[in-house]
Amino acid sequence: MMLDAPLTPTLDTDADRDTGAPAQARLRIIDGDVHPAARSMADVKQFLAPRWREHLEVYGSRRKLGMGYEPYPKSAPRACRRDAWPEGGGNPGSDLDLIRKQYLDAYGIEYGILGPLGVSGQSELNQEFSAALASATNDWQREYFTKPEPRLRSGIVVPSEHAEASVAEIERCADDPAFAQVFMLTRTSEPLGNRRYWPIYAAAERHGLPVGMHVFGSGGHPYTGTGWPSYYVEEGTGHSTSCQAAVSSLVMEGVFERFPRLKVVMIEGGFGWLPALTWRLDKVFERMRDEVPHLKKRPSEYIRQHIWVTTQPMEEPDDRRHLIDTMEWIGWDRLLFASDYPHWDFDDPFRAFPAGVPAEGKRQILAGNGRAVYRLG
Amino acid sequence: MTWMPRHVVAKAAEIPPGSRKLVAIGERQIVILNVKGELFALSDKCPHKGGSLSLGKLTGAVTSSGPGDYAYARPGEILRCPWHGWEFDVRTGRSWCDPKRMRLMNYAVTVEPGARLVEGPYVAETFPVTVEDEYVVVET
Amino acid sequence: MSDIYKGAIDCDLHPRVPTPRAISQYMDDHWRDTVDLRGIETWDSISYPPNAPLTLRPDWRKLGADTEPGKAAKETLDRFGFAHAICNSLFAVQAFRDENLAAAFASALNDWLAAEWLAKDPRLKGSAVLPIQSPERAAEEIERLSSDKRFVQVLMLAMGEHPLGKSMYWPIYAAAERHGFTVGIHAGSSYHHALTGSGWPTYYAEDYASQSLGFHTQLGSFICEGVFVKYPRLKVVLIESGVTWLPSYLWRLSKFWRGVRNEVPWLDRSPEEFVRDHIRLTIQPFDAPPSAAHIGRIMDQLQSDEMLLFSTDFPHWQFDGEEMLPAGLSPELVRKILIDNPLATYPRLGRQT
Repeated sequence: MMLDAPLTPTLDTDADRDTGAPAQARLRIIDGDVHPAARSMADVKQFLAPRWREHLEVYGSRRKLGMGYEPYPKSAPRACRRDAWPEGGGNPGSDLDLIRKQYLDAYGIEYGILGPLGVSGQSELNQEFSAALASATNDWQREYFTKPEPRLRSGIVVPSEHAEASVAEIERCADDPAFAQVFMLTRTSEPLGNRRYWPIYAAAERHGLPVGMHVFGSGGHPYTGTGWPSYYVEEGTGHSTSCQAAVSSLVMEGVFERFPRLKVVMIEGGFGWLPALTWRLDKVFERMRDEVPHLKKRPSEYIRQHIWVTTQPMEEPDDRRHLIDTMEWIGWDRLLFASDYPHWDFDDPFRAFPAGVPAEGKRQILAGNGRAVYRLG
Repeated sequence: MTWMPRHVVAKAAEIPPGSRKLVAIGERQIVILNVKGELFALSDKCPHKGGSLSLGKLTGAVTSSGPGDYAYARPGEILRCPWHGWEFDVRTGRSWCDPKRMRLMNYAVTVEPGARLVEGPYVAETFPVTVEDEYVVVET
Repeated sequence: MSDIYKGAIDCDLHPRVPTPRAISQYMDDHWRDTVDLRGIETWDSISYPPNAPLTLRPDWRKLGADTEPGKAAKETLDRFGFAHAICNSLFAVQAFRDENLAAAFASALNDWLAAEWLAKDPRLKGSAVLPIQSPERAAEEIERLSSDKRFVQVLMLAMGEHPLGKSMYWPIYAAAERHGFTVGIHAGSSYHHALTGSGWPTYYAEDYASQSLGFHTQLGSFICEGVFVKYPRLKVVLIESGVTWLPSYLWRLSKFWRGVRNEVPWLDRSPEEFVRDHIRLTIQPFDAPPSAAHIGRIMDQLQSDEMLLFSTDFPHWQFDGEEMLPAGLSPELVRKILIDNPLATYPRLGRQT
């Protein structure tokens, strides 16, 4: 090998040159999806009433999935980057010092919005238990993450299938600026625009909180409309379909007509799917608008006014112009950067964007849009 | 034949079988792996999104004769990026998922006896070196 | 009347769905008697509600243009000079839970199509609807029809009980590959599951919109399960899928695959390469804004001139007048879509380009 032989070109070699060291320091970054983890369940259990603490110990978490965890084993332990395991022990995302060192400080993150996956109460079969765990999770986030670290904000975890309890939890937490959004998962028992979830949207709108809808969850259905795929690679790829089902439902059910100030963020489903879905919804609306007389605008208008998408996992077409086309079609103001730290399919904010993304658009995506959407106090 | 600069980067004893060491040669970070006595040196930065391969997991090569078949060979010769899991053949640097475009720079590694050192982060100290001493030398 | 469609092959035409009684005329004594005895008068899924706007374009509805081959031909083959049209029947064979009923109806439906449509016009070709409930019996149905060259494709729906790439369905692909049948997956659901992983959408408009998601899943399944590794001569057509969802789905699938390759190590090529070699899509509906500039950029994302197959989706209301093609395509690409690609995709048409 020649000493001067360049490294084989990578997808983002140009991006390296594009974002040299001094520029990195000036980049403002608001990350829409960071995953905290508990050092142990004891940290969360302390916020449960004794009755529920005992319930958890005796009966455990029982989700509308039949499994304690996902039925698709991940490609790495806890689906995390192998370099995100704290040296002192504990799961990735549980050690605030490591989160700071490896992520918040290393990249100069201005704000990170937490999305707790794991035993948070969502998708639980026992609705009352679901509510108790959700509250405990919110208290735990506050105690271990947002109180000690001002750069972190969290989402109000709600027991989505129990609308009344969800509203109560939003009322309990909404005044605390530690919470930047309401947090739901995309796989629910009914499509997310369904009326049974409207009280949640009413409460969120009332408090000026966006609703973040993060992929995963289980509503008691196979993960697709045609049954269960075999492989993790199919399941991971398929998260974009759950986002699309949610967006279709929110639009067609008239959620944005009913809640005109509501903002919804689709999290961790990527974003490449949004233009084709928008065009498809406009077409079906044009053809069958007599079925949905409650809609006063076209789907594309509702989507443009009410829906945001986080960028992770960043799309990687062979031709970066296709990505830029896609971002243009969605709108530079509708994309929110997310890293998904500490998961393995993490997007490094310095390297996730290919070259050619206009500087102003990149700035908006990295921070400007997040500042407008999230309540960051 | 092109002359390649040779850098002393570590003592052979520092990198026993099953271990690895991350070294810097100029501005380049290079990871040296000892796989069952064989030494391999690869650029540390994953060509995908820059993850540090020195923190990745070594695994075997999984090939297949057809759906449902998993053939496992060459244990420890595939290095997976700790981030997105891309597989790199430690022998050739080639990535398994995109062999045409994505590969790591891999570097020739030899173990040289102490007498023939010329340069590198380990200064060839002037105090006596026994002939049994072995140094890891990397050509770049 | 445009001349550009002369010789085109319409890869998606729908005869009016026959009644169980009409189909039963092609059943044996037992099954014909069953239909009568048990009063199986209707067997309609909730797809394509008969009076919904999408189901029948108003001018075709008025003419009853889908009720007879002659009327359908007048609006399509005769009017534009198509060489062929491939008939895809949407009678809900897939909805049965009983595999015996399914097999009986599937065979009778295919015989009905042959007698009442294909026999009436040599330009008409057909898809053999499969009793997907039993892959073995579906393979038998393929064998049964294999020597009838008017059948060029076997037909399944985009949403069924399991993703179609699973090995339980491989007897179908073995038989299809052996006899040169193209595998057609058409929009629609057997409704054995809710339409989405989050349950049942309220509106038919949502139902129809969600069909593209079924295609996402099926495509992923065919590729990841290694169907094209096992059956390298197989071609699969995604019919009435919307098309423009495909590039971004492939970006995602490829990206994931690169990170978890060893879960499915039999894939010796990237997902994009499998798609280029084995997957085709009919063009109606084409979900895009009408501007030629947009369409050009979308077509660029498809990265292949050979992927798209012309279709009218007659009598579904996907376009007005004669606007059957996306705007701004080059004459070379138009010819490929209208003629070359369908000919290459349907070997049982028996014609070379």
